[in-house]
Amino acid sequence: MKKRVVITGLGVVAPNGIDIPSFTSAIKNGVSGITFHQDLQELKFSCCIGGIPEITEEKKLEYLTPLQLRGFNSSGILYGCIAGIDAWKDAGFTIDEKSELDFDSGIIFGTGTSGVDKFREAIYKVDEKKVKRLGSTAVVQTMASGISAYLGGMLGLGNQVTTNSSACTTGTEAIIMGYDRISSGKAKRMLVGSCSDGGAYVWGGFDAMRVLTYKHNDSPEKASRPMSATASGFVPGAGAGALVLESLESALERKATIYAEVLGGAVNSGGQRNGGTMTAPNGIAVRRCITEAIHNSGIHPKDIDLINGHLTATSKDAFEVQNWSEALQLKGTDFPYINSLKSMVGHCLAAAGSIESVAAIVQLYEGFIFPSINCEDVHPEILDSIVEEKIPKEKINKELNIVAKASFGFGDINGCVIFKKYKD
Amino acid sequence: MTNEELILKLKKIVKPYIQDENAFENLTEETDFINDLKINSANLVDVILDVEDEFDIEIDNDAMEKMLDIKNALAIIQSKLA
Repeated sequence: MKKRVVITGLGVVAPNGIDIPSFTSAIKNGVSGITFHQDLQELKFSCCIGGIPEITEEKKLEYLTPLQLRGFNSSGILYGCIAGIDAWKDAGFTIDEKSELDFDSGIIFGTGTSGVDKFREAIYKVDEKKVKRLGSTAVVQTMASGISAYLGGMLGLGNQVTTNSSACTTGTEAIIMGYDRISSGKAKRMLVGSCSDGGAYVWGGFDAMRVLTYKHNDSPEKASRPMSATASGFVPGAGAGALVLESLESALERKATIYAEVLGGAVNSGGQRNGGTMTAPNGIAVRRCITEAIHNSGIHPKDIDLINGHLTATSKDAFEVQNWSEALQLKGTDFPYINSLKSMVGHCLAAAGSIESVAAIVQLYEGFIFPSINCEDVHPEILDSIVEEKIPKEKINKELNIVAKASFGFGDINGCVIFKKYKD
Repeated sequence: MTNEELILKLKKIVKPYIQDENAFENLTEETDFINDLKINSANLVDVILDVEDEFDIEIDNDAMEKMLDIKNALAIIQSKLA
């Protein structure tokens, strides 16, 4: 018998809000977190804008000790620690370095690459023949599992503590992996989420691939245009999202606040076949991932009130909407509402799936649909599948029951998760 | 530099890493970095880097291995400064 899994804690560090209240307010009001970055221009990037969460030194000290901050230069780990600790506290737990080891709780916190700026420092020192000067701080900040290791120690968790990595699908995949672990009875609680560094050294490769927009350096807030006819590439972002998943039994026993239920999900790969490549999705696999998630959740496509798409603001958006429409067998006015958080925060890479899932759950819990901004000129091919009214341009207040969230990543990999409003 | 002066400088260097305030307040030449001050063993390399910076000296691998307490640290620093 599978255990039911609910969400009892949320944390977020996004370009337009670095805690749940400010993030919620920003997405309700369509506030963009995209800004111009002088350093990118000086480095001759084509795309000189991006979404970077602003964290003050005071805020850092609320989460990390002065010792942890010595030689600290990993923005992803910082964002992940803030989001993870916030989510854990939000779920009603305390952070105590002397707490008893908790074998029933674990962590799956993903990332694409860790501590890129720290790694750059280390490489310079090694090349200067000063390897000894790396000290003790280089490894833990640059190992991929750095974020789960930092959180694991601060929270004292004794179940599985690991880091997953699946490009832009990472955050969504972490949720599904945590769900599987709880539903199969292997853990009572899993802190799941993902984080990503920001800045020149992470974004440079994308700039070189010419997948970032270079047309909006003087209008950053208008730059990220998912589903728009004038979308011209994505805007890079950074941050972290975190969720505490918990068995329904455990949540009820603790009388915890339940934000939503995770009904189920699916992950798969298009194998870079049938039109799928390292960077483009195989539509057959995308549609199969969506239908499997729906099947595993025991719902009907018509039950879905809102889709929080992957929708990056590239030429692939129309294909994504078409895939949703075909997978759900819903067209035109029958299609659910659909929006893209990337319109406000850009593409937060490995952190995208978790930040966007936090947005999905906040909408479910509070009963609203955030506006998908910069889409006043919907791409005509999208209108072949759905009617324009399904893309909200202003916030809609609406009781929601089921939200579908999907992420699609480089390597032709897919993840789709179904969240439902929790009712007693 | 006298040992007293050196100890004052060393105290300042190890302060961020110590996890036993009491042992730190009562620090003597006999104080051990790991057993008394409860410095995480991984952080010992950072203490040594900070010592190198403070005194503008270089501490080789053999010396590093011996730098486990205040007494040995003083001896090594004094010999490098001499």
